[in-house]
Amino acid sequence: MTIPTSSTAQVIPGQGAMAAPEAAKPAKAKRQRFLFLKNKKAAFGLIILGLYVLFAIIGPWITPYDPDARSNDLVQPPSADHWFGTTHLGQDVFSQVLDGTRPVVFVGFLAGTIATVLSVIIGITAGYLGGKTDDTLSALSNVFLVIPAIPLMIIITSILDNASNLLIALIIGLTSWSWNARVLRAQTLSLRRRDYIEASRATGEKTWRIIGFELLPNLTAVIASGFIGTVIFAVLSLITLAFIGIVSAAGWNWGTILFWAQGQQALAQGAWWWFVPAGLAIAFLGTALSLINFAIDEFVSPRLRSAGKTKLKTASGGTVRMRIGFTPVLSNSPEPHTRAQIHPDAMTPVAREATK
Amino acid sequence: MKYFLQRIAFYLFTAWAAITLNFFIPRLVPGDPVQSLIAKFRGQLSTEAINSLYVLFGLDDNKGLWAQYVDYWKQLFQGDLGLSFTFFPSPVADIIGDALPWTVLLVGITTVISFLIGTGLGVFAGWRRGSWTDGLLPVTTFFSSVPYFWLGIIAIYLLTGPDSFFPSSGGFDSSLVPAWDQYFIPSALQHSLLPALTILISSVSGWILSMRNMMVTVSSEDYITVAHAKGLSERRVAVSYAARNALLPNISGFALSLGFIVGGTLLVEIVFSYPGLGFILLQALGAKDYPLMQGIFLVITISVLVANLLADLAYLLLDPRTRKEG
Amino acid sequence: MEPVLEIRNLNVEYGLGDRAVRAVRDVNLTLHRGEVLGLAGESGSGKSTLAYGLTRLLAPPGVITGGEVIYHPEKGDPYDVLGLSDKALRAFRWAETAIVFQGAMNSLNPVHKISTQLTDVLKAHDPNMSEHSRNARAREMLKLVGISPDRMDAYPHQLSGGMRQRVMIGMALILQPQVVIMDEPTTALDVVMQRQILGQLIELRERLGFSVIFITHDLSLLVEFSNRIAIMYGGRIVEEAPASTIYRDALHPYSKGLLSSFPALRGPRRELAGIPGSPPDLAGMPTGCSFHPRCPKAFEPCSTHIPVLGRPDSPDGAARSVACWLHPTEQPVG
Ligand SMILES: Nc1ncnc2c1ncn2[C@@H]1O[C@H](COP(=O)(O)OP(=O)(O)OP(=O)(O)O)[C@@H](O)[C@H]1O
Ligand code: SF4
Ligand SMILES: [Mg+2]
Repeated sequence: MTIPTSSTAQVIPGQGAMAAPEAAKPAKAKRQRFLFLKNKKAAFGLIILGLYVLFAIIGPWITPYDPDARSNDLVQPPSADHWFGTTHLGQDVFSQVLDGTRPVVFVGFLAGTIATVLSVIIGITAGYLGGKTDDTLSALSNVFLVIPAIPLMIIITSILDNASNLLIALIIGLTSWSWNARVLRAQTLSLRRRDYIEASRATGEKTWRIIGFELLPNLTAVIASGFIGTVIFAVLSLITLAFIGIVSAAGWNWGTILFWAQGQQALAQGAWWWFVPAGLAIAFLGTALSLINFAIDEFVSPRLRSAGKTKLKTASGGTVRMRIGFTPVLSNSPEPHTRAQIHPDAMTPVAREATK
Repeated sequence: MKYFLQRIAFYLFTAWAAITLNFFIPRLVPGDPVQSLIAKFRGQLSTEAINSLYVLFGLDDNKGLWAQYVDYWKQLFQGDLGLSFTFFPSPVADIIGDALPWTVLLVGITTVISFLIGTGLGVFAGWRRGSWTDGLLPVTTFFSSVPYFWLGIIAIYLLTGPDSFFPSSGGFDSSLVPAWDQYFIPSALQHSLLPALTILISSVSGWILSMRNMMVTVSSEDYITVAHAKGLSERRVAVSYAARNALLPNISGFALSLGFIVGGTLLVEIVFSYPGLGFILLQALGAKDYPLMQGIFLVITISVLVANLLADLAYLLLDPRTRKEG
Repeated sequence: MEPVLEIRNLNVEYGLGDRAVRAVRDVNLTLHRGEVLGLAGESGSGKSTLAYGLTRLLAPPGVITGGEVIYHPEKGDPYDVLGLSDKALRAFRWAETAIVFQGAMNSLNPVHKISTQLTDVLKAHDPNMSEHSRNARAREMLKLVGISPDRMDAYPHQLSGGMRQRVMIGMALILQPQVVIMDEPTTALDVVMQRQILGQLIELRERLGFSVIFITHDLSLLVEFSNRIAIMYGGRIVEEAPASTIYRDALHPYSKGLLSSFPALRGPRRELAGIPGSPPDLAGMPTGCSFHPRCPKAFEPCSTHIPVLGRPDSPDGAARSVACWLHPTEQPVG
């Protein structure tokens, strides 16, 4: 499953790029918000995500067939009638994929919201209050972090027999908040030590005001990134649960399609169309969400921003690359002495080697 | 040392939490699962077995919750995880004992290899940032977004078949008997190649990406500029200064992500009918075999904890700041 | 006096194209053998950029857009450092010009022992040196900067800030370079420690004979420890003269302002005038003399024409230069 690796750095205080959130000035933040949309990754990811949300809303209304309806076209490859082919019962795979978008997006976003709310509450409280509260809450999130979430989810869902999408979203949300809580705690800790927060505390500003007006605005990017990460995780979890056949049989999602494809030996029959579309749907959704997250990472930590143009033209027509340790020199006017020899006695052995 | 003891204490605490959670799980089961089981095995169950099931499911009305909890721990210390419904009357501990080595070898080795390869490539991509390596990022992102099991299905579809070198399912040739001999081991290896490759491909990109980002971040630290200013070779700066520091957070990340990874790999076992924990978990799910599910969850959790502890140890060895002062 | 490093028309920019920021503009500066050259100026005036640009150590998006850095080795012909190949530049670095970086707190690699970091530079520059003599040399350097050699096996986090600073200074001297660049080497330390370390450094310089470019905010330290002082404003050198001359009789209004914003060490107290206004925005530099919006003496040519650094028309004019329309200059320096 997806590892929220892009935020590894955020978890380890003092190490990562995110150790010091750099969007501190509100005026600047406003200008940067539009810059964020200029980021190609963000734009691309948001457009794809928008399409998915659109299909989640209108999908069930525009399916060419009833996704459950059987027909006589059994296990047909893609055709003009059935864009993604048909199942062993003659059901239209395209309609199933379309119809299945809504539960996936619904569970993803709901679980993401639940986990984000939990992580904000737990992470910020721990980071801000410190002391015993912090120890307890940190221990709690660490426990949830190392207990393998998917097996836990599988078992709980299986016990709860025919769990509805709502219930599944709840289970996923309740088991996947810990990573973000940890990130937020580290961020809150480092923000709390900032001068302006210390000042507000010293002047006796109410805690909820400091958290609401000073901390949260500065944590927006981190919270957003955590939310997106959880949505990815929730989508994959739902698909997983559906694929092993322990969610409610009523309604479609991409996981159920794969479940039937696997159960009916789609592979052995060579019916690739039965499982490829659903898998690609998952992969593109995941990619879109990851791209948004990369953009957020780059937004928060400018060091990660792609360097843009890194090849430069020098005055003499050559090209040089921008890299750390060797600043490019675009033009230097060579005079006769430039090409002069260095006296060997005045050099270290390596220098002697280099000028040979 | 203090750091290490703290970690140990934490893992003990987590193990306790997981076991306690495990104790409560069967108590969430609606209805009377034992009754339905007795019905299923009409007359084959001894009174003793039935009693033990009642203890396990907390349906033993004669005892309070606390007494049940104590009993549960006692059973656990005797290695008694109950009896499996699916493979009745085999004890859960035996079934898990048979499956565990498969999972540990497949998932364990593959995950470590994936981490090593990903980290290595990440060092390269991060160091040569702005070059063609950046173009690989979208591809790796795509692969990390694909569910492990789906990639497994595709691999089976594309790479297995009657004439293929890769078997499509199982952990070894069914004509062989498991043994450490020259017939069995190659067959087991052959069967594990495709599942391993699947896990590798879907997990490696995550490591590439995180290591690359850490490299980029570390590369702008002062000590990297100093290393360049000292005139050290490119290789030494990249490896001994940049990568060496970037590795530390990545190891923490590795430890923290294990819980996530394991979930995905279980599914790969299912797709490949690989005789590990994931595969028997699927069977347990189908048969509503609660003791087996519980046992599997417990064992997976403990394994992840142990792996975490090992990662912590590695971190301890690599970061002088966590070592004892002096 | 014989020059050791000549900076000619050096230009450094951050970024490319329209959004590029010119952080160092047409800088001409000469460092003489054995002298301490102080570099002062407000934060953001381009001091560090100049210092790291010399040996091409600026990280992206830094670009050297033009100029030369002529190095005069002890023996042999002078050559342009900016024209060296990567390999030759690597060999040049540290052996000829070592740098103590601003914020030396983070200059040491946290995961390696001090000894490793001291000896790897020896190994890189002289692979034939035996391990034993490398270690001996490292110990010697630690002793030189006043650290007990049995701290060789310590990790950076086990040392205090002042000790780390000394280690960096020792490391800078380990190859006996001709030029040592010190970028605010002591700002993180308390006053007593600052003076102690700088005093030690000057003593070492007299013994080993290297030249120093010394960058700091603290003009009082500069006046005390350097031979000559150059003042930077908005990426340019605006005045350059012997330390005592600057202290007594600064010509450029900005230098005067800088000098009056710190309390004098000795002699009669001067007025603490400071400089009103804030440093210029490098992206939108004022036309003409970049100081004119803040300059109390600004007059008509200032806002339209850039004053060029040159010898002023004064009795001691031969030893100093200034870029200000108040002091018409004969020939430009460079
Ligand atoms: N990476 C960068 N990208 C863009 N601009 C930069 C970058 N680094 C420095 N600058 C700009 O270049 C100018 C000169 O910076 P520099 O660090 O050389 O100043 P300084 O004189 O050393 O200041 P300080 O006394 O604070 O160290 C500053 O205005 C700064 O904003
Ligand atoms: S040139 Fe004009 S504005 Fe600039 S310092 Fe001199 S008097 Fe002031
Ligand atoms: Mg500086």
